[in-house]
Amino acid sequence: MSSAAITADQHHDQHEHHHVEHSYTGLPSKKILMWAFLSSDCMFFGTLISTYIIYHGKSTAGPYPVEVLNIPITTVSSFVLLMSSLLMALTVAAIRRQDLNKFRLWIFLTSVFGMIFLGFQSYEFTEFVHKGLTIQKNLFGSTFFTMTGTHGTHVAMGVLWLFSWFLYSFFGNMKDKATDIEVAGLYWHFVDIVWIVIFTVIYLVEFVGVGVK
Amino acid sequence: MATHTDVVSTHAPLPPVAEPGMLGPRPTATHGVWSWLTTIDHKRIGILYGVSALIFIVFGGIEALLMRVQLAVPNNHFLIGDAFNQMFTMHATTMIFLGVMPLTAAFFNYVVPLMIGARDVAFPRLNAFSFWVFLAGGVFLNMGWLTGTAPNGAWVGYPPITSVQYNPTHNSDLWAIGLILLGIASLAASLNFFTTIVNLRAPGLTLMRMPVFVWMTIVTNVLLLLAFPPITIALIQLFFDRNFGANFFNPTNGGMPIMWEHWFWVFGHPEVYILILPPMGIVSEILPTFSRKPLFGYPLIVFSGAFIGFMGFAVWSHHMFTTGMGVVAVLAFSITTSIIAVPTGVKIFNWIGTLWGGNLRMETPMLYALAFIAMFSIGGFSGIMHSAAASDFQQHDTYFIVAHFHYVLIGGSITGLLGGLSYWYPKITGRILNEKLGKAAFWTFFLAFNATFYPMHIIGLNGMPRRIYTYNTGLGFEDWNMFISISAFVLALSFLMFFINMFWSAKYGKVAGNDPWDARTLEWSISSPPPVYNFAATPTVTHLDDFWHKKQTGQPIGEWDGQLIHMPLQSYYPLISGAGLFTFGLGMLFIRDNWQISTVVAAGGFLMLLFSIYGWAMEGPGAEYLDPRKETGAYN
Repeated sequence: MSSAAITADQHHDQHEHHHVEHSYTGLPSKKILMWAFLSSDCMFFGTLISTYIIYHGKSTAGPYPVEVLNIPITTVSSFVLLMSSLLMALTVAAIRRQDLNKFRLWIFLTSVFGMIFLGFQSYEFTEFVHKGLTIQKNLFGSTFFTMTGTHGTHVAMGVLWLFSWFLYSFFGNMKDKATDIEVAGLYWHFVDIVWIVIFTVIYLVEFVGVGVK
Repeated sequence: MATHTDVVSTHAPLPPVAEPGMLGPRPTATHGVWSWLTTIDHKRIGILYGVSALIFIVFGGIEALLMRVQLAVPNNHFLIGDAFNQMFTMHATTMIFLGVMPLTAAFFNYVVPLMIGARDVAFPRLNAFSFWVFLAGGVFLNMGWLTGTAPNGAWVGYPPITSVQYNPTHNSDLWAIGLILLGIASLAASLNFFTTIVNLRAPGLTLMRMPVFVWMTIVTNVLLLLAFPPITIALIQLFFDRNFGANFFNPTNGGMPIMWEHWFWVFGHPEVYILILPPMGIVSEILPTFSRKPLFGYPLIVFSGAFIGFMGFAVWSHHMFTTGMGVVAVLAFSITTSIIAVPTGVKIFNWIGTLWGGNLRMETPMLYALAFIAMFSIGGFSGIMHSAAASDFQQHDTYFIVAHFHYVLIGGSITGLLGGLSYWYPKITGRILNEKLGKAAFWTFFLAFNATFYPMHIIGLNGMPRRIYTYNTGLGFEDWNMFISISAFVLALSFLMFFINMFWSAKYGKVAGNDPWDARTLEWSISSPPPVYNFAATPTVTHLDDFWHKKQTGQPIGEWDGQLIHMPLQSYYPLISGAGLFTFGLGMLFIRDNWQISTVVAAGGFLMLLFSIYGWAMEGPGAEYLDPRKETGAYN
């Protein structure tokens, strides 16, 4: 059957383990699923970011953004998060070469950098609460905490995901897992890109003094 | 390594292959309750969706009838105040999220993999997960009936009506959490169907050879992907307002309730197309089959559907003309709304073109498809009337609107879906619905539907407001309302007839065979009901309406090549993760009453979810090898 031959050919490109599917596009289904999910996630963050922008400068009581935002510290944590993307890229390259030692090193460091970012974020949240900014206090508090909180949750899930792969690599078979790692990498890079937007909208906008109240 | 294991040289049955699971051996039941709870077969999940949707439609119908009893006579005291509010809120929420949407999902599940020549969806366990989370959301929304605090803020849930100040019990919390759960289910399902259609098509099934129903499915699922996030975030914002004192929609601290309306309709209008595009696809399958002609203007129908999906995101504010958005915004949305009528009209003309000169067979599915064209057109025309903002100001929040969207949702969606049920019932059960009872049910439905909803145009234009539990004598509403209420009960009778027909025919109906309608698409080339693996030999597609083409030119359908068929294994984890999300929601529900216990419950649910995610990942899809000579048919 020619159809079976075509199907078997397309199976070649597939790194999936024990899977019934063939692939029409030649791409692994997991990757297509992740891209589709990221398009949806764009809308999640799009909604949160638009809410923040629309409510920017509309708080009826302090603390206002300029009074609490610590731009130098967040610049450092943003830098850490961006560097984790570099580490993630190294992780994917390592697993493609099946270089397990490098893979473990890079994926471990990626999750550590994610953790450092989360550490900065919890420090920032605690500081803000000490300065009187809560989710109840004003619109800035409501929008700031939900938006950065959602992003932080994404980072935390990513850290859990990557760290699980780190542990799995010690007892599981990593031979056909390059696609899975690449898919996790897509997610990780996306979360970083979103942070660039959030950092611009929250921090840089205050730095250049748009809408200072 | 294992990518070639489905090409095995031996014919001896191989033992199932499964990686060690955290719950011991994987479920293998093929009959009984466990086989349904652990199923990952898209056909069985389709049946689960269909049956749950029909049950929820009965719930929603009963709610509607109770309202009609209240409105039958002026100044009635049968169902007043908050009880009436709960009733119309739950009627709409149930019909949209638990009736029509899952019924379309039932067809996505059952039909789409068969139409594209696949053995299952791309992620079978994720598919089961979608169903269980949907069911969790459905139960969540309806839990309020037990305590008399069902959601009561209308299906649009506008704050401040749904704010905690004016709605201090858990009505709106149930609503918010229930809808978030349904959003998760829809997101998972849409990711799955998008990937399935992109990646699992049979060789040669190019995009422009896909059946229109598959096209409408992928457009609908893209809409689901992009439309559900705004409402999910808005629901979280509402939930935070209610439970954690946030200020998103609280005017006292500068919040704007109008923000909610925007987020809601940014979702809510694409949602309208999520409800109507799949039935449009179904009708596009039925009409050519029963006209014995190819679909007229296939590319135009496809592009119109895609264009409708795209424009669906550019018209949301026509639901908000009366909110004072300003002239420019009203004008802009007035124009975009008028534009969207064009592709819809193109489709209607193409369907009529399909009928023109055809050899029409007036069987039940065809009757529903024809009724769809007529009824949906009426709903579409009153829709165009709303695009004229000046006219919309007069019709806003009257029964005219109620008439309009019931023509679109019952005359359109439900009619198309009932047609789809009649059309694919033989494929699902192996037997044809009784034609006499089917026709009787159709005509009862058709007449009673028009008798129920057409008069609402009139009382609406005469000023009867919607969502108000009574009206006074002497306004000219009495006779029409009594007439409408009686018709509504006849409409309910027509559904009863349809259901009786489904039960009766499952046992005594005429045996269908593979292809009872002499149809055009791949699902009719295999047995009814299809075997677990669907296609023993993956079909190779060379034409639009490929099965029809093969029948006409006498080409053989592919034959089994003697290799055992590789299928994934059942799993416990989709059910457990669904239960975990439900428990998490249950914890969040009481967070402002007792945060300690709530947190413990929510954390328990979260741990269940986490446990099943790891179990899910570790067990892998698994594999069993089926021999088509021994498998007699689907497990159902």
